[in-house]
Amino acid sequence: MPTTKLKELGNMEELLTGGHAACPGCAGPVILRQVLLAAQQDDVYVVGSIATGCMEVCTTIYPNSAWRIPMVHCAFENAAATISGAETAYRALKKKGKVDKDIRFIAFGGDGGTYDIGLQSLSGALERGHNFTYICYDNEAYMNTGIQRSGATPRGAFTTTAPAGKVSPGKTECKKDLTAIVAAHGIPYVAQTSPHRARDLMEKVQKAVRTEGPCFINVLSPCPRGWRFKPEDSIQMCKLAAETCVWPLYEIEDGKVKINYKPREKKPVRAWLESQGRFKHLFSAKNEAVIEQFQQDVDRKWNALLKREETGT
Amino acid sequence: MSERMALTGNDAAAYALKQINPDVVAAYPITPQTELMHKFAEYVADGEVDTEFIPVESEHSAMSAVVGASVAGARCSTATSSCGLALMWEILYVAASCRCPVVMPVVNRALSAPINIHCDHSDTMGARDAGWIQIYSENCQEAYDNIIQAVRIAEHPDVQLPVMVTFDGFIVSHTLEGLEVNDDDAVKKFIGEYKPEHTLLDVDDPRTFGMFSLQNYYFEFKKQQVEAMQRALKVIPEIAKEYEKLTGRAYGLLDPYRCDDAEVVIVGLGSTMGTAKQAADEVREEDGIAAGVLKMRCFRPYPFAEIRKALSKAAVVGVMDRAISFGLGGPLFNEVRSALYGGEKPLVNFIYGLGGRDLPLDDAREVFRALAKVKDTGKTGPETRYIGLRE
Repeated sequence: MPTTKLKELGNMEELLTGGHAACPGCAGPVILRQVLLAAQQDDVYVVGSIATGCMEVCTTIYPNSAWRIPMVHCAFENAAATISGAETAYRALKKKGKVDKDIRFIAFGGDGGTYDIGLQSLSGALERGHNFTYICYDNEAYMNTGIQRSGATPRGAFTTTAPAGKVSPGKTECKKDLTAIVAAHGIPYVAQTSPHRARDLMEKVQKAVRTEGPCFINVLSPCPRGWRFKPEDSIQMCKLAAETCVWPLYEIEDGKVKINYKPREKKPVRAWLESQGRFKHLFSAKNEAVIEQFQQDVDRKWNALLKREETGT
Repeated sequence: MSERMALTGNDAAAYALKQINPDVVAAYPITPQTELMHKFAEYVADGEVDTEFIPVESEHSAMSAVVGASVAGARCSTATSSCGLALMWEILYVAASCRCPVVMPVVNRALSAPINIHCDHSDTMGARDAGWIQIYSENCQEAYDNIIQAVRIAEHPDVQLPVMVTFDGFIVSHTLEGLEVNDDDAVKKFIGEYKPEHTLLDVDDPRTFGMFSLQNYYFEFKKQQVEAMQRALKVIPEIAKEYEKLTGRAYGLLDPYRCDDAEVVIVGLGSTMGTAKQAADEVREEDGIAAGVLKMRCFRPYPFAEIRKALSKAAVVGVMDRAISFGLGGPLFNEVRSALYGGEKPLVNFIYGLGGRDLPLDDAREVFRALAKVKDTGKTGPETRYIGLRE
């Protein structure tokens, strides 16, 4: 049985080594290490694909690689298509007796490579029913290339391609709900999680990796550089996202919603927006409406989730 | 040992793939390649191959899945044309640079816009820098034979590069021709087993494929690819010799026709060279023109030395391009000229057949007559000429 007990995990080999080039405070490597520790246990091996982006660039600078699992980087928009090929090859070769190990496939992508440019290849892989798990680490912009706006960027956020200026309050569109889009494919397991609750994240990874068929986990990945907060506060940010319901932690298993964390006291989104420099322009009088809109977006989605969980739809 | 069949180019290519029996095939439809994968899908549905078939959602994903499967140690394939090849352009470079020995039939079709589903070579010409070996087929027999040989060329330890095998859209892909096919066991034996040294599934020795490489290493990776391409110039004829032993059908880097005593020679690629050969016979007979045809089979790597040798006796050379490199001219012309640099013979470029416009036999005869005129008058005239263009 796979474990999520810290004491036991502490004795296992780290599958993402130190020495990579991620920024101080980046949640990305924390997520990767939790994912890999959770997944590769009990004679199950993990093979991965990764989209171009922060994590890929930081961990694979030739001639050094931080990955202690086999890993393929093909391009930006096709982590899912690439893993489709690898997973299919595995089945083909296993059938012929050329491979005998139990290998599970995980594709990694940032929000840029998943919500936007990677959406097509993800959708295709999900529809075809390949046996793999897709993990999106969502830092809400194209961070690797310098904080450009993505479909995952929340309303009102500053990015370098939608900056707040004299006539614009930052991004005017709301954040794309990729988790819902993925769930609409009818795949067996979909989840949202965050690295501040490591057990939640790791249990979800274990569930996904051991579920037959395509599974998807969306993970919030706070970015000190892009969101403008102190590097040591990354995990606090994750917590705040859960407390404000900006990033709910939930699962959809065979179409049924289960919310894994309900804050005792739901905090107003103001707390979330105040904590990061990328939203500071929203606190001028002319942008007050954006904050209201933001709260409405969050409440609508949260209430819809609650309703789905309650009614079992 | 062999059987005579009547097949279209697409069916001949599918038959070759069937006998190769790849581990993984990715498929996406595009005219005029589509029926190739229809046929192959039938083989899959009837259990005639062991192939795992991935019906991907775009050509970009087709090549991406093929790269993923290839680094995982599978023998794999996909096929496309025109815009499909253009869409996978990014990943063509990745496949070649990751040294994936993929074999891909490409059914030549014009690129948009305007959208046109018929034959010209702009698609594969546009990919000539991607690091893929390019082998052009004249007819159904060649398409079949080239695909089988391509597996050995691609996987050869001195090469390890992907190979695209082309044949003309509609003209060959949809035309029924008689050809000889080998029996299944002969093909199986010829291609052998694919045994890559390191794969993505070696979980006991994990490696990273497709790394991030900075100014201090990228260049060296490219040089390795250059050297592999160079070595392919030797490997391609070696594999052809082995194939000839098996089938009796001979292939080389080039296919010269009546060039030994030719004074005027046409150089070109694909099915039109069949027309040119017939025209050569006829103008020799009727016009007394000492005509020859130098059909190129291997376009990448570019056989500089062989071209120079094959054209050494010709007085005048006409290069027929079924593509245009805008701002440059005919791509094949420019490459032939580059091979002949330092020589003195007049060279004329003929652009023809874009968007599938037919090149009738009469027009091929006219090309020889034009070249003969250059020879007789000593005047090259316009260096670039267009056949069949309405102006």
